[in-house]
Amino acid sequence: MVDDTTTDLTDDNISGAGGDERRRLHEVWAIGTEVPDWVTASTAEGAQLMVPREHASSADLLEEAGALVDDDRIFVEDSVEDETTILNMGPQHPSTHGVLRLQLELNGENVRRVKPVIGYLHTGMEKTAETLTYLQGPTNVTRMDYLAPFHNELCFSLATEAMLGIDIPVRAQAIRVLMTELNRVASHLTWLATQGLDLGALSIMIYGIRERELILDFFEKTTGLRMNHNYIRPGGVAADLPDGWEQDVAEILEVIPKGMADYHDLLTNNPIFLGRTQGVGVITADECLAYGITGPVLRASGVSWDLRKSQPYSGIDKYEFTVPVGENGDVYDRYLVRLEEMVQSLVIVRQVLDSMPRGDYRTEDLKVTPPPRKRIDESMEALIHHFKIFTEGFKVPPGEHYQAVESPRGELGHYLVSNGEAKPWRLHVRAPSFAAVQGLPMMMGDQLIADTIAIIASIDPVMGDVDR
Amino acid sequence: MTGQPPGESATDSEQVEVVPQHPILVGLASSHPAARFEESITGQNVFRVAGDDLVSFVSAARDAGFNMFIDLTAVDYHRQRPEPRFDLVISLLALDANVRLRVLVGLGSDSAVAPSITGIYPGANFFEREVFDLFGITFTGHPDLTRILMPDDWEGAPLRKDYPVGSVPVQFRDTPKVQ
Repeated sequence: MVDDTTTDLTDDNISGAGGDERRRLHEVWAIGTEVPDWVTASTAEGAQLMVPREHASSADLLEEAGALVDDDRIFVEDSVEDETTILNMGPQHPSTHGVLRLQLELNGENVRRVKPVIGYLHTGMEKTAETLTYLQGPTNVTRMDYLAPFHNELCFSLATEAMLGIDIPVRAQAIRVLMTELNRVASHLTWLATQGLDLGALSIMIYGIRERELILDFFEKTTGLRMNHNYIRPGGVAADLPDGWEQDVAEILEVIPKGMADYHDLLTNNPIFLGRTQGVGVITADECLAYGITGPVLRASGVSWDLRKSQPYSGIDKYEFTVPVGENGDVYDRYLVRLEEMVQSLVIVRQVLDSMPRGDYRTEDLKVTPPPRKRIDESMEALIHHFKIFTEGFKVPPGEHYQAVESPRGELGHYLVSNGEAKPWRLHVRAPSFAAVQGLPMMMGDQLIADTIAIIASIDPVMGDVDR
Repeated sequence: MTGQPPGESATDSEQVEVVPQHPILVGLASSHPAARFEESITGQNVFRVAGDDLVSFVSAARDAGFNMFIDLTAVDYHRQRPEPRFDLVISLLALDANVRLRVLVGLGSDSAVAPSITGIYPGANFFEREVFDLFGITFTGHPDLTRILMPDDWEGAPLRKDYPVGSVPVQFRDTPKVQ
């Protein structure tokens, strides 16, 4: 399948502690019993197995307890093995937000170690991106983080435009800000619904999804689709806003703040909700930085860092808004930060609504923008031009560029490498959920097993983003 | 595939010396003279270091203020340029100074081995596993270097350029059928 320069990916090449022990463990099913054939046939997950404590090396133990940054966990080294249970949670567990799988070592109801296992939704989208032109690229990346499709499209488009060195009209930029901020509200509403659902608050699930429908209806009216829009493209946006968009956005601005009052009534001072979230899943700011955890999780830990403020894009620095910051870094602070972010996004949307500039919705650069439909009827050259852009695509100067935007889950980064052709040589997506899932062991150590559910929901992982 | 080699911009043909502007980067460049500073075509800060110097350079970068680990990935410049075939790409961020930094490490096809930086930034763990999984680059000193996205028994490194698209063998063929 690959040439002989490929490194042999066997266990012999895997360095690190515990390799031999782990390999031996593949060959036994449980201590002292013979391995049934069906076990090895139906699972091939051997090397990712959470090994029993007595077989795990100290490096394994530290890593899985999340103690690589601050070793502040209570660690009872002399416990006997039969006091703890290794429990497999997922990938088909309903509260793991897709196909996240966790292996938990439990001592009674207390979580001792956590090992996240991912990859169940891996579809090779970075490889796919190498076969699509820059104009087709957004159709691919929009499917990664499917709750924030506009942010994916925006990030890819900004990266392409930066390498092309083209400017985007102010109206296109304002439309991009409008759509991404509405998308942030829609994404946070889904998070709110699932966070409530996972903690047993069923009403909030209905409310969150109900308000989100309003935004998705507006997306459908504008782009033709509820998700996976392919609306923001290199050079601008695919189409201008539909007639009457002002009324739709005004309705959103009226209805959602009313809903937010309901959420506060239902959850913010609810003693059950407080008991389930306060002091649960704490992660410090230093741990967030070392693990690359960004977005609301980082801000809930007390770091005021928002790319919209520090490294603004699409002219978002023209609008006034504040960045909410928590202090305790627990599930409750992440809840408060996200609720306030929805308010601030609506503040931005209000300003965009009041100040939407006139003008083009895509750049006039003929290299990336096809001629208008009318010209195609009149001119052969325009027809050829149109045909060339959609079949061959446009060429991007050779080089590399890293572009980051603030998605609802944190820093979404696209690392784009061009070799001067019409298709990217390489597209790497720095997924915020990928980094957040890696931090789960730190948040879950020494907590109850019921808290793991609240913690998973609080980092708001999207598995399409994690696995790509 | 006759495009220009992307990783080799402004090296041999142009002898223009680019110097970093920001004080943090100036300090890094002076403490590591072997690391070569470049600017990407969009003016982003790039340091190209040798594999042996990677750990000392990255830990110096962390001490200089690059306190956030952002990203680690690789690029396969197969038949695009002479060796080294791979580039290891590490992105770091200094929050206080609001500066980004990209560290590039060239890795040859015969020696696709890099030192792990999990000892400096523990967050590199999953990212290095992803590069190991999809590019077949191994990291010495990594605590748990196993496949992360692909199934454990997968053959080959899918994001290498000589890995064919399509013709994927059917998975889980040996799974017993429900009677």
